Amino acid sequence: MQLELSGAQQTIVESTRRLAATTLAPTTAARARAHEIPREVMLAIARAGLIGVNLDKKWGGAQAGVVAYAAAVRELAYADPAVAVTMAVTNMVAEVIAAFGSEEQKISYLPKLARGDFFAGAFALSEPGAGSDAASLTTRAVPDRDGFVLSGEKLWISHGDQSDVVIVWARTGGPGAKGITCFIVEKGAQGLSAGKPEEKMGIVASHTVPLSLDQVRVPKAARLGAEGDGFKLAMVALDGGRIGVAAQALGIGCRALDLAKARLQALERAGAGAGAGQAAQFALADMAVELDAAWLLVLRAAWLKERKRPFSREAAMAKVFASEAANRAVRAAIDLCGTGALVGDSEASRLLRDCRVTQIYEGTSEVQRLVIARDVLRQGVLS
Amino acid sequence: MNFELKEEQALLQTTVRAFAKEELLPRAAAIDEAGEFPQAQVDRMAELGLMGIAVPAEYGGAGMDTLSYALAMEEISAGCASCGVIMSVNNSLVCDPILKFGSDQQKKKWLPELASGKKLGCFALSETGTGSDAAAQKATATKDASGWVLSGSKNFITNGNDADLCLVFAMGDKTKGVKGVNAYLVPTDSRGFSVAKNEKKLGIKASSTSQINLDDVRVGPEALLAGECQGFKVAMATLDGGRIGIAAQALGIARQALSEARAYALERQAFGGPIANLQAIQFMLADMAMEVDAARLLIWRAAGLKDKGGRFSTEAAMAKLYASEMSNRVTNKAVQIFGGYGYCKDYPAERHLRDARITEIYEGTSEIQRLVIARSLLTEG
Repeated sequence: MQLELSGAQQTIVESTRRLAATTLAPTTAARARAHEIPREVMLAIARAGLIGVNLDKKWGGAQAGVVAYAAAVRELAYADPAVAVTMAVTNMVAEVIAAFGSEEQKISYLPKLARGDFFAGAFALSEPGAGSDAASLTTRAVPDRDGFVLSGEKLWISHGDQSDVVIVWARTGGPGAKGITCFIVEKGAQGLSAGKPEEKMGIVASHTVPLSLDQVRVPKAARLGAEGDGFKLAMVALDGGRIGVAAQALGIGCRALDLAKARLQALERAGAGAGAGQAAQFALADMAVELDAAWLLVLRAAWLKERKRPFSREAAMAKVFASEAANRAVRAAIDLCGTGALVGDSEASRLLRDCRVTQIYEGTSEVQRLVIARDVLRQGVLS
Repeated sequence: MNFELKEEQALLQTTVRAFAKEELLPRAAAIDEAGEFPQAQVDRMAELGLMGIAVPAEYGGAGMDTLSYALAMEEISAGCASCGVIMSVNNSLVCDPILKFGSDQQKKKWLPELASGKKLGCFALSETGTGSDAAAQKATATKDASGWVLSGSKNFITNGNDADLCLVFAMGDKTKGVKGVNAYLVPTDSRGFSVAKNEKKLGIKASSTSQINLDDVRVGPEALLAGECQGFKVAMATLDGGRIGIAAQALGIARQALSEARAYALERQAFGGPIANLQAIQFMLADMAMEVDAARLLIWRAAGLKDKGGRFSTEAAMAKLYASEMSNRVTNKAVQIFGGYGYCKDYPAERHLRDARITEIYEGTSEIQRLVIARSLLTEG
């Protein structure tokens, strides 16, 4: 057992931290005001090797592993959670294609994603009537000559309007999980249109859009994985995605901890005594303990995935624990920073707004708890 | 980065797990009820090398690392929390400081007997008027021609009634305050050393918790540990390590409560099926399992740092704080899952809840841990 990052992992953390501090942090508020992530920001992320962190070098990836990926997401989220989620979802899309795609699909998409030729990749699973209950989705894929015709409505698709490649889940068979198949749809496909970005509580620089598929024709070669394997594929992808969201939440939580710490240190310097009192110190201690515990859970899940071992239970634990710990940390930071945290364009209030969604997307806390409980009931307490 | 245990660590874990299941768990309720020191169990633990896990082989110990100690503590405490604390005090609070601060002679004299279970140790820092505020020691050590005369009273001493050796802290030089404290290795059969009272407790009832009187106990220079005025340093360094042990005890208690709650949820029928089918129960089990794992990782991190020889005070405080509070939440939920049965002694759930409670108090209360953590955050940048 050795819980420190390796030298190579530490190097990625440090370079990402520098990138985040210089390229992202100074303009995070501006991006939030503009509700936009400029093209060159995502290009810089890709050029730093952060799209395809866990992707083989032959596809243009950094091949640095899942632990390094999680650490990188945390560093980006510390500076800008909206950029971090765009990076994380695009990594997830690349990994899905790498894991389940045909050779042809890999050649077509992976190097472009990794190089940053594409702004991002999107993951279109949710629908107006199918969120946590993804198996009930109703988008149809009907075989037609040498391909399929996709029709339906997708909802809550992160950067769905800006992505050059979109993975779409659609029903090819009967009801339930086994009737679902996965497809790769390219930007500009006839019949594919994005609605207006949602007005959200947080991570506002990242677009979240409804996607409409109106008789979108795709070739047979656009099918990702086998027919009927779509749901399984989504679950595998989301297991990995949860590591990303957990790391994103932790980046936000760690920023909140640092804001709170700086505030208490300033109070001490101003002569308020040790940490301005035990109540404040205790709140700070609790934030730190929970964030550390969460980080260890994230690292464990990432390490298991990296070793190609089962990690579904562990990823669910990491995601629910990290997202909830981060939300508590942000609220505590606001308490410690005082009223100033709630006025104007304050960073603390942005963190509060940005953090909330980490308990919801890529599986709500409730879904994570079901995943954990079912596994504990099936396998026992010791995994 | 590697979450895998070494082969010898995994082997120890498997061995101790089987031992705890077969020899401790079946007797845990009875020894709790009787409140008697589990001598037979402690003897068996000593045979397995668990009373001096980190003591090097040359002193008769198992010669293993802190992580191994934490692994064993989790397993033993899952079987019997009283056995867990008896073991923890002997290892962390007595063997460790002798190993770290003792002279060659002290190590040779005490470690083989402590590690082999021939002798049991206890640690006497707290007094009736000084718990968390350990610097306010009232017990005194008065120097004379042949050594020191110890006098005063010590309180809440785990293993106090059953120990052969007591690590006693006493004020040698009052003018120096906390820096005037000395530490002594005192045989409990010394003249003037007596147990004044054994506490009746909420939990961990098979381990003794005693008030000890030091009525002009004479000790020679061979009893002084780490030199004059080093006592407080010894105490603080020792408690850092002790916190890893108590955290692992809390973890073991919680894990056992969770295992039993899981088994019960699968078996208990209500609303037309096992209650494990209900989301209300599933969510409790999920939170319990998640928090148990989080605590274990914090403990492993602290143990790993201690083994590397670096600073680990903050991480040990985090592990102890989180694991002990987690254990109280988890055992409380376990009682809830058992319902009315959880409140009654026919099932072990209520014992786990009682046993868990002390872990938030001894070897530094949760409040002390939070102060340690906050201080470290605010001063270290």
